[in-house]
Amino acid sequence: MTELARIEDAALLTGQGRFLDDLDPLPGTLVATVVRSPHAHARILSVNLDRARAQPGVAAVIGPEEILATLKPFPLSVSAPTPYYPTATDKTRFVGEPVAVVIASDRYLAEDAAEFVEIDYEPLAAVVRTDAALEPDAPRLHDQAESNVATDRTFEFGDVDGAFAAAQHVVSRSYSFPRYSSTPMECYSVVADWRDGREGPEVTAHANFHGPFSMAPVVAGALGIPTSSLRLVVPADIGGSFGIKSAVYPYIALMAVASKYAGRPVRWTEDRLEHLLASSSGSDRLMTFEAAVDHQGVVSALRVDLIDNVGAYLRPPEPSTLYRCFGNITGAYDIDAVTIRARAVVTNKAPTGLNRGFGGQQLYFGLERLMDDIGVVCDIDPADIRRRNMVPADAFPYATPSGGIYDSGDYHSALDLALENADYEGLRKQQRIVRENGEWMGIGIATIVDPSATNIGYVGLATPVQDRTAKRGKSGSTEHVRVSVDPQGIVSVLLGTVPQGQGHATVARDIVAEHLGLPVAQVRPRVEMDTATTPWTISSGSYSSRFAPLLTSALLEACDRIAETIKLAGSVLLGADPAALELIDGTVRVADEPSRSVAFRHAAGLVHWDPGSLPEGVSARLYEEAAFTPPQSKAASRTDQINSSLCYGFVADVVAVRIDKETLKVTIEKLSSVHDAGTILNPTLLEGQVHGAMVQALGGALFEEMTYSDAGQPTAGTFMDYLCPTSAESCFPLVSGHQETPSPLTRLGAKGSGEGTSMSLPVAIANAVADALAPEGIEITSMPLHGNVLHQLLNTTKGS
Amino acid sequence: MKAAPFAYVRPGTVEDTVVELELEGAKVLAGGQSLVPVLAMRLGRPSSLVDLSAVPELTKLSRDNGSLRVGAMVRQRQVQYDDLARAVPLLGLALPWVGHREIRSRGTVCGSIAHADPSAELPAIASCLGATMTLRSTRGSRQVSAGDFFTGAMSTVIEPDELLTEVSFPVASPDEGFGFGEFARRHGDFALAGVAVRVRTTGETVTANITCFGVADRPASADVSTHLRAALDVTGPEPDEADLRRALAAGPAEEIAAAVVDTVGDAHASPGYRRQLVAGLLSRQLSRAFVKSRRRESGVR
Repeated sequence: MTELARIEDAALLTGQGRFLDDLDPLPGTLVATVVRSPHAHARILSVNLDRARAQPGVAAVIGPEEILATLKPFPLSVSAPTPYYPTATDKTRFVGEPVAVVIASDRYLAEDAAEFVEIDYEPLAAVVRTDAALEPDAPRLHDQAESNVATDRTFEFGDVDGAFAAAQHVVSRSYSFPRYSSTPMECYSVVADWRDGREGPEVTAHANFHGPFSMAPVVAGALGIPTSSLRLVVPADIGGSFGIKSAVYPYIALMAVASKYAGRPVRWTEDRLEHLLASSSGSDRLMTFEAAVDHQGVVSALRVDLIDNVGAYLRPPEPSTLYRCFGNITGAYDIDAVTIRARAVVTNKAPTGLNRGFGGQQLYFGLERLMDDIGVVCDIDPADIRRRNMVPADAFPYATPSGGIYDSGDYHSALDLALENADYEGLRKQQRIVRENGEWMGIGIATIVDPSATNIGYVGLATPVQDRTAKRGKSGSTEHVRVSVDPQGIVSVLLGTVPQGQGHATVARDIVAEHLGLPVAQVRPRVEMDTATTPWTISSGSYSSRFAPLLTSALLEACDRIAETIKLAGSVLLGADPAALELIDGTVRVADEPSRSVAFRHAAGLVHWDPGSLPEGVSARLYEEAAFTPPQSKAASRTDQINSSLCYGFVADVVAVRIDKETLKVTIEKLSSVHDAGTILNPTLLEGQVHGAMVQALGGALFEEMTYSDAGQPTAGTFMDYLCPTSAESCFPLVSGHQETPSPLTRLGAKGSGEGTSMSLPVAIANAVADALAPEGIEITSMPLHGNVLHQLLNTTKGS
Repeated sequence: MKAAPFAYVRPGTVEDTVVELELEGAKVLAGGQSLVPVLAMRLGRPSSLVDLSAVPELTKLSRDNGSLRVGAMVRQRQVQYDDLARAVPLLGLALPWVGHREIRSRGTVCGSIAHADPSAELPAIASCLGATMTLRSTRGSRQVSAGDFFTGAMSTVIEPDELLTEVSFPVASPDEGFGFGEFARRHGDFALAGVAVRVRTTGETVTANITCFGVADRPASADVSTHLRAALDVTGPEPDEADLRRALAAGPAEEIAAAVVDTVGDAHASPGYRRQLVAGLLSRQLSRAFVKSRRRESGVR
């Protein structure tokens, strides 16, 4: 497909983007500030809002009393006695948890008045560490719960015990994955308006919320209104998210209540302190991976034990971090038997949620560190150990033991390309020389399956099969689009895909133009999500890399129908059989006689102006809505298997690092990354996704961690301590390679590509650091890997 | 993240400025690179901000009597690029490490020194060179040398009613060589550890003094002449830079690091890691400064 410039860029680069904070959709809007808990864990003894309400400019102040009077707890993904409201009601369970909201005429006055909110707390013992939260005598977060374990399920597929009994080697390792985020440039933003209508309350909310729209009924459920009484409007421009903004939804409910009590629309704009304290992040995870291995390094079975630390509440869609990769839990490897124990614990940290890679970086940190450790045990090179275990190219479609059906791939050739691009042999030679000089250099590999177009049915797995309501399963991943043609032949594409900078409009324009034989200027995409008017369903939204596989498939279906109507109109104008016509160069023409043609716009004009001339029975219809619903996305089976994504791409990363002996700084010397995302729709945008995911991975591997003291106080609450890599840290030699094995399940063969490297590169870097420090006898079992951490590891080893 | 209410004044002379500073809770606003975030986070609540940006005499950068005089409103970026400032080579070495370009365009040299962040570069430069601070109030004027100026983390001898009008750095003499280095996790961050080094070689006499930052509650200065001479005893009197660096790394640098690092550490660097960083930085910068001073002293340019 031709490579064209992004149509989004000119406005964004000249400051003409229109983000929610630039818009004033509801005149007379007041401004809110949120009063937050300074305690990690405390009982609320009393709340006195009277003094705050008396401050200048204050319209209303709400607290737990107003929340409990207006809202029900948010419906959870699993039945757990851990009620979740947008504010604390009985206890505060993390630092930064909302407790009250002050609504005033501007933010300064709101923050001034917030200082007069009086809350009497009784501090309680806090628990932040996952292992500590599991202890029987650990402080209990939720009084009605029996423990801090919010969900605990075990699954077994295949003869795992038999495989382990027959194994030559059993390799078992425990790992700890850190909590980090993606820190979008724009923070959360909500404008909410509550009105009492004839049929009950009606809420309109403008928010930079990008789905999953399964959260719309969650918010409506808390508000106690039908989903259709909650109108969500999303601005066309969202300043990044990477999944993080899916968790703006509790604030939609909160600001709706604020509007109810203020009697006016209410705006809340999250600031960076609030964002780092209390928005969202990926979950941190403790995990144990155990492999049954034969003498040639071939893995026959896995035992996987995952414990996610989801923070204070099981905020939907959690515990989905555990399940998003369920169908691909065995990764790129041909392994027939697996047991999985999946637990989520609640602790006095902020709740977690979607973060680019969602569950993938956690899973692959364990699986890919383990593959290296298996290589060490078997004395097999890390590239070779992967080759011996990867799903062979002739095995597709490949069914995994846990229910995944890998649609297409050629993992061996992709790995070979990554190794070749890295000059793997050359790097190993260089490493031998470097080691002889007493310096540290390491090479790390990760080979991962990159799932896209989530089947939301995996959410059902958190509930045991006997408790899942019969005939009320969850499945699917549908995407919608509307295409219309105006009387001048201009094609409009309504995209309800709520992008946050990905360039959906550019890709949609190019595909429609190509498919309808039009110049790109004749196609005008419009990004708009208004749940009152835009077609949508539960699975709508921008997450799990859905655009490329799903939306483009829906787009082609809509274009097919538009083309059919245009050809019918063209056949009237040309006096030709519509089946003999083609759309090309902005015309409708007879395929065999190119001289017989008519402009596309004239054919469109006929449908608008002269529908009477159309053949009888033809509807004068130049607007088409299409939904793409892949039949492969089904609900979880009775045996707990699920095809948790529609498409499964592949990433192979090979990275070389040097570690400076003086500063212990880890420097990336070379990165070779090969992606197979099926058919490439736009090479520039694909490369952009790869780069972005790389920088996110770099953050997780070397820089970022949302740390807490044991008492539950966040210790990385500003950008002074939460260190995102900047451009200065993100410059390294990169060879990016691509391979295309089209998906047979999507119209264009495209798979998602937004997340791959964010899953693979963290562990590839960790593997490289482990390789570099192997001569020192150091094991790498966690991240981030910066000088202070390495200093401690090196000196602990020396001391022992 | 909105500041609590405060009054704002923008006097036109130093005399008027110091009168405004007599008000209880008044605070000086220069470049605002540290103060404004503090206000936005409501970590500081001055009753009034006294903005220096309209006082012409505070924008002066001048050289006289062997000193480079930097007025209170001289921006870091101006000093970084002004030819006058070449007379104080350590400033040129250190300023590229101060924050980012945008920060240096607003931030002032005096503001950084008055703020006294223990991880900041400019207080360390002032300490290493023995700079002189001029403080004005309605009570008069006084001069304080850097050694007496810093009293702890974010703490100096400046009284609430006093204004740091000027910092005066001694101009380098021909037999001096300088070194500066720091290590931060990211470009532009406050340093986990940093060193400023001054070496003087006069005939057979070698003297060296250093100031480390990011390693204690204030700039940590030391005379390290004996350490440098010990390394020179190993290498001989005319070593190349790499040999001297190795000799320093083999012992003396660690000894100095052990003496200057005085912190319980934080999430980014333990005391042990900081000592390792300081030893490495010192070996590198002391050897570099020595070689430079030797060349200058022997007239090699």
